[in-house]
Amino acid sequence: MQSKRWLLPEGVQETVPPESWRLEAARRALLDLYWRWGFDLIRPPLIEYLESLLTGAGHELDLQTFKLTDQLNGRMMGVRSDMTTQATRIDAHRLAATGPARYCYIGSVLRTRPEEPGGSRSPLQVGVEKFGDGHLASDLEIVSLMLETLAVMGISRSYLDLGHVAIYRRLVVACGIDAELEPTVFDVVQRKSRPDLDRLAADQRIDATTHARFSALIELNGPADVLAEARSALGGIDSTIDAALDELAAMVALVQDHYPEMPLYLDLAELRGYRYKTGLLFAAFAPGLGRELARGGRYDDVGRAFGRPRPATGFSADLNLLAALGEFADQRPATGIAAPGDNTDAALLAEIRRLRAAGERVVTGSPEAADAPGCDRLLEHIDGTWRVRAITTKSDSHG
Amino acid sequence: MNQSPDTLTLALSKGRILEATLPLLASAGITLQDDPETSRKLVFETNKPGLRLLVIRASDVPTFVSYGAADIGVAGKDVLIEHGGADLYEPVDLGIAKCRLMTAGLPGAMDAAKHRPLRVATKYVETTRAHFARIGRQVEIIKLYGSMELAPIVGLADVIVDLVDTGNTLYANGLEPFDLIEDISARLVVNKAAQKMKHAQIGELVSLFGQTEAA
Repeated sequence: MQSKRWLLPEGVQETVPPESWRLEAARRALLDLYWRWGFDLIRPPLIEYLESLLTGAGHELDLQTFKLTDQLNGRMMGVRSDMTTQATRIDAHRLAATGPARYCYIGSVLRTRPEEPGGSRSPLQVGVEKFGDGHLASDLEIVSLMLETLAVMGISRSYLDLGHVAIYRRLVVACGIDAELEPTVFDVVQRKSRPDLDRLAADQRIDATTHARFSALIELNGPADVLAEARSALGGIDSTIDAALDELAAMVALVQDHYPEMPLYLDLAELRGYRYKTGLLFAAFAPGLGRELARGGRYDDVGRAFGRPRPATGFSADLNLLAALGEFADQRPATGIAAPGDNTDAALLAEIRRLRAAGERVVTGSPEAADAPGCDRLLEHIDGTWRVRAITTKSDSHG
Repeated sequence: MNQSPDTLTLALSKGRILEATLPLLASAGITLQDDPETSRKLVFETNKPGLRLLVIRASDVPTFVSYGAADIGVAGKDVLIEHGGADLYEPVDLGIAKCRLMTAGLPGAMDAAKHRPLRVATKYVETTRAHFARIGRQVEIIKLYGSMELAPIVGLADVIVDLVDTGNTLYANGLEPFDLIEDISARLVVNKAAQKMKHAQIGELVSLFGQTEAA
């Protein structure tokens, strides 16, 4: 049984060299990217009181959160399972900027259950959020940064998915679907199950008009031209739906303008994050993954729970996943210089200091090159000076 | 993972679903290079470039599709309910392999256990749990892999949850069906990412399968 002590909990990962270095290099590269776009780094705590962690977030996040009791005062705390609400809290209280605010973050989150079968319970969440501007330009800014993130991570072939939660939400209202029936309709729409929708109509749980509208909704997915179909099928029912279609059309035009090569897919029945999202939804997909790689959208006024409703939009992704799929490469050399461990030789110590200051990786205390794995050069005393020479015989196999 | 944008993988299970699907594919000019009923292969190439078939266990179809190992598949609704299924699109009811998911047992069995939880034997553990939670009845679930009908007879369980076709096996063993949990038929399921990335190819297959849809 002793050997099993090494096992990690299901869905919990760790990284070791060289992957850990690559991941760290990716983290730095992404934060540099966000810095260049004017996003400020926030580092919310790993643990918070449940009230603030779950405020405005809904039941889903509650179930996803590991909980424990604060031994100092008996209050319930939660380990963050998503950093978006933390960013909202910080925007509302801590910083309370008057104009638009841009934040980026990266950190571990924990989830009681993976979001999808075989998924991680300890993602390294990376994301950006923009508060205080409800214009489409902000959504484009976030979508652009999401696509730039994928590019930095070396994910060359990606697909952009656009949707809008207001369409389903207003359609439910326009069709008079009550709170009791709504979860059933939601489930059917989420599975795009026309047979189950037909059955709801056959059982007279929805009327003919509702049936026709939702049948149209679940078929409204595909390339950008579905918007024209959407206007004929769902136009004129509700002004909010018309506005949502306008917004989608404007977004499609912007994306096609800025990223003409990007394959674009629209899904008007997409309900990802539906319970707290309020407007445009976007996600990136890539070959090799059966689910979305990065996702985001508009969630205006979630900050109301913190006393400061503001327009908000953002995206997030799991850096572990991005790194696994992308071809991002750590630019630093993986090799170093092996140096003797003599602490009394001032000339040696000075040379080591000089090499390190010049960006070299120097491993000391190894009189034999074979003792320093990963080193391709040796610091040697030749003709009265310390010099670097290449190791001719390959000796990495040691250790 | 097979999410190459140029290929499409269809997961099917042996038996009725394969029997009903092959003629349908043939009608669209799609044929297999080997006969899946006799071949020991697991992956079958077709004459349509980029389209291949996996022949797997029926209960594994939703798993293959939800992970993206297959883009599209055909699975019984019973298997989908048990799997959870919210992570898959379910655009077509093929109207084949029809039966009913029901509770069954010896006559009067549902009222037998008044003062203790009802003991239910099934291979559909999640579905059974959800069903009895919905009707507000405390149950103890016993997971079995086959011969459900035996459980009430030998006193292992009070009732069973199982697929009922004609009901003949039940009656032959002195059991009777009680409540309908769900009407079952084969459904086409689609991976959500594949639907977005391979929209045109998936659309072609969905409309092909749509032709046979239950009226």
